[in-house]
Amino acid sequence: MSQALDEIKIGGLGASRKRVEDNRFIRGKGNYTDDITLPGMLHMEILRSPLAHARIKSIDASRAWEIPGVHLVLTGEMMATRNLAWMPTLSYDTQAVLATDKVRFQGQEVACVIADDPYIAKDACEAIDVEYEPLPAIVSPMQAVADGAPVIRDDKENQHDNVIYDWEVGDAAGTERAFAAADTISRLRLHYPRSHPSPIECCGSIADFNRATSKLTVYMTTQAPHIIRAAVALVAELPEHMIRIISPDIGGGFGNKVPVYPGYVCSILASILLERPVKWIEDKSGNLISTGYARDVYLDGEMALRSDGKILAVRMHVDADHGAFFSDAQPSKFKIGLIHSAFAAYDIPVAHLTARGTYSNKAPGGVAYRCSFRVTEAMFFQERMVQAAAVDLGMDQAAFRRMNFVRDDQFPHRTPFGFLTDSGQYGKCLDVGLRAVGYEDFLAKQQEARARGRLLGIGISTMTEPLGAGNSREYDILGIKMFDSAELKVHMTGKAIVRTGARGQGQGHETTWAQIVSHELGIPAEDVVVEEGDTDTAPFGMGTYASRSTPVAGAAVAMVARKIRAKARRLAAHLLEVSEEDIEWELGRFYIRSAPDRGVTIQECAMAAYSNMPDGMEPGLQNTAYYDPPNLTWPFAVYIVTVEVDPETGVWDVLNTVAVDDCGVRINPMIVEGQIMGGLTEAYAMASMQFITFDAEGNCVGSNYMDYLLPTSWETPGFELHSEVVTPCPHHPIGAKGIGECAAVGGPAAFVNAVIDAISGTGVRNIDMPLLPDRVWEAITYRRDVSGVPPVRTDD
Amino acid sequence: MTIVYDDRGDEVASEVPVRRIRFTINGERKVAEVEPRLLLSHLIRRGLGLTGTHMGCDTTNCGACTVLVDGRAVKSCTMLAVQADGHEISTVEGLATASELHPLQEGFSDEHGLQCGFCTPGMMMAAKALLDSNPDPTEEEVRWALSGNLCRCTGYQNIVKSVLWAADKLRSQS
Repeated sequence: MSQALDEIKIGGLGASRKRVEDNRFIRGKGNYTDDITLPGMLHMEILRSPLAHARIKSIDASRAWEIPGVHLVLTGEMMATRNLAWMPTLSYDTQAVLATDKVRFQGQEVACVIADDPYIAKDACEAIDVEYEPLPAIVSPMQAVADGAPVIRDDKENQHDNVIYDWEVGDAAGTERAFAAADTISRLRLHYPRSHPSPIECCGSIADFNRATSKLTVYMTTQAPHIIRAAVALVAELPEHMIRIISPDIGGGFGNKVPVYPGYVCSILASILLERPVKWIEDKSGNLISTGYARDVYLDGEMALRSDGKILAVRMHVDADHGAFFSDAQPSKFKIGLIHSAFAAYDIPVAHLTARGTYSNKAPGGVAYRCSFRVTEAMFFQERMVQAAAVDLGMDQAAFRRMNFVRDDQFPHRTPFGFLTDSGQYGKCLDVGLRAVGYEDFLAKQQEARARGRLLGIGISTMTEPLGAGNSREYDILGIKMFDSAELKVHMTGKAIVRTGARGQGQGHETTWAQIVSHELGIPAEDVVVEEGDTDTAPFGMGTYASRSTPVAGAAVAMVARKIRAKARRLAAHLLEVSEEDIEWELGRFYIRSAPDRGVTIQECAMAAYSNMPDGMEPGLQNTAYYDPPNLTWPFAVYIVTVEVDPETGVWDVLNTVAVDDCGVRINPMIVEGQIMGGLTEAYAMASMQFITFDAEGNCVGSNYMDYLLPTSWETPGFELHSEVVTPCPHHPIGAKGIGECAAVGGPAAFVNAVIDAISGTGVRNIDMPLLPDRVWEAITYRRDVSGVPPVRTDD
Repeated sequence: MTIVYDDRGDEVASEVPVRRIRFTINGERKVAEVEPRLLLSHLIRRGLGLTGTHMGCDTTNCGACTVLVDGRAVKSCTMLAVQADGHEISTVEGLATASELHPLQEGFSDEHGLQCGFCTPGMMMAAKALLDSNPDPTEEEVRWALSGNLCRCTGYQNIVKSVLWAADKLRSQS
């Protein structure tokens, strides 16, 4: 009898398989958009607005046209003649491609130049003379709704103020009643500052329109190539089958590479007009100042509490600053993403949330920056509010959480905002985290230290988030239902290629999709090649963002492999000359139930599909599966951080960071841990230094890496990861849940809670992120909350 | 880079100043004619077609474009090509030999020190400069040496491990 395959050895589920992507990247042989050169290629540069809000009085590009090597200067006026001055956004608004009437944020695209060389194109941009009439700038929702505020979107017929929407969810009357019956009410207001995902690679595209074939090929930095194809078909009015979007290697995305940007549109139009390939590669300041931002919400909430610590109800209000155009990338049913996933981990009977979105003179975008549509804001507020409530009640913060957690036996659990969480072991995760950090010992040490004037703090944060949109009943983008697909072709020698409509940007799909195939079919992972990112060859998919690849595309890979296995079973029956019912499957092999040593391998079945199929069977061994998830997947995590704050300077150091992630079954533990550490670093970044703010004139502070601080290897603390708790997702084919974003979503509150805990003697309730030393120092010294709301002071 | 201009009867195109430079890259001697304002990173990427040297920012912060100039780690977006005249440049493409990877390359793969791969060439070149001068660095020394290079994916912990892995291997080989 043949030896059963060792799944770990063949690189199946649970193997920490080395990544196949690495071989090209470590050799400098990646193929990023800017690495591509096409014959006859021209270069495009964008002229951006220096002002945040101004009427355009005139644009004179004549000097630019004079510069040798310049082929085309595009302005809003020229775009307007082709009905391309404005484009639709992903949130049913419009966005200027090139400004015609006004500029509405600093860095907005005003004109672009296409030239032989990027240096010439830059020279020509500087030779364009634009005359502006400055207007007052708005940089916060409070300014946006103040009396006499200038109307930013005067281009829209029925827009007479700066309000985009008012939205609500939950039970207002029931919440009201619960608050009336409360023993204690806790309140918290905070600002989650504007941030930018800031992958190291900026955005860019190479548009290549071929007049002879009428085909438009666009190489571009996109996380969602199929959505882009649909958008180009609709915006540029080109037939969809004549558009090919290729997303080559992507140097990080984090949500920044989901939207459609004016630069893409201009490079496409320029290529059509000039009939030559046109490359546009953004510089970093262009990326930071104009492309998809994240967060920038004001969260105001209160919690109704019983004296024993039971949470009775929650009320939340969100003011969201969307910038000049409402172009959030999010499921269209929801105005402010999935922010109503807040408090999903807690058993709270009733809740009510209201949200108001406003325009401002800032860049548009509202992307899901390493999160599933605004869940980062939701979880941050949740865990800051929970800590504030525990303090108000005088309860231990761990005990307060444990008391209110959804219990293991309550799943599936309907949250007060209507989500259905699927599974979890919340209490166990908390136990693992507290034990790892040495909770009781730390509390004792904290008391001792305080007696000697040293400020130690411990912060806990927990999170569960909805990952993997759809289902298609509830989730769509511009009407396109959110599902994914996978195509699997098994060649005659048992080697295979799998393609999906997702597009990895470092998550390691080329490694992990092969592992899923290996798990389902017993084909060694090294015999499976993965291909993504080309709309002419990949099956349809909604792309990679919001942690949806493993929950949706990964599930499709498992499902298509099962279809292949079903056909292989028929082939095996034919080869073994028995009926299908008499056949059993073990990894990589079918055998006769009554004679287990008589069997055929999956590779032998593959060969038979091309050389020895039964009469009447369709030859070949390939299939496609579309996967519409029955629910979102709900991972859970506990993050615990300990810090020491220097009372003299406000500088705080991280002593320990413990992460307990329960993301269900881990396809590749090494890659999962890499994702968690990346997320923790972004959490630390947001808590400590990373933000974009604005002065009173609307100047963007943080539009380059000198001002936009990102942690380096020097500042970033070490992390201790725990993987003991595994709750398989009950509805995912291989029990996996999303994981790429959990730590970035749940992490920030752990760092902030730790610092607030360290200075608890001051009575300070909140310091807005980032907790810069001067803010912490101000809080300690003046014993007051510190707001980070723009405008920041300018030099007088 | 050779550029063919439309002939508009003016003299401007012929007035673009050009300098001739000689340099060595990954052991090969080269001569080039460049505009004096051309960045070294553009000479490497566009002039030589060595696209492993990436450009992430325009302010010398991200370090994706790090190369070695005469053995020292330099951010090539902040050096003019003409300044490379007479100097020796090494890029990521020069790390591996025909038959084997450099221990740094092995280490990054072995310790999962990369995800999207964009910062990786710059990280490895900065690490090479460190290990060439300090073959047995502490974790703290590695973290300091790489603090001019940004990574958004990994959180650095595995990058540091990768460099220490390579240091171990290099020492065991010598």
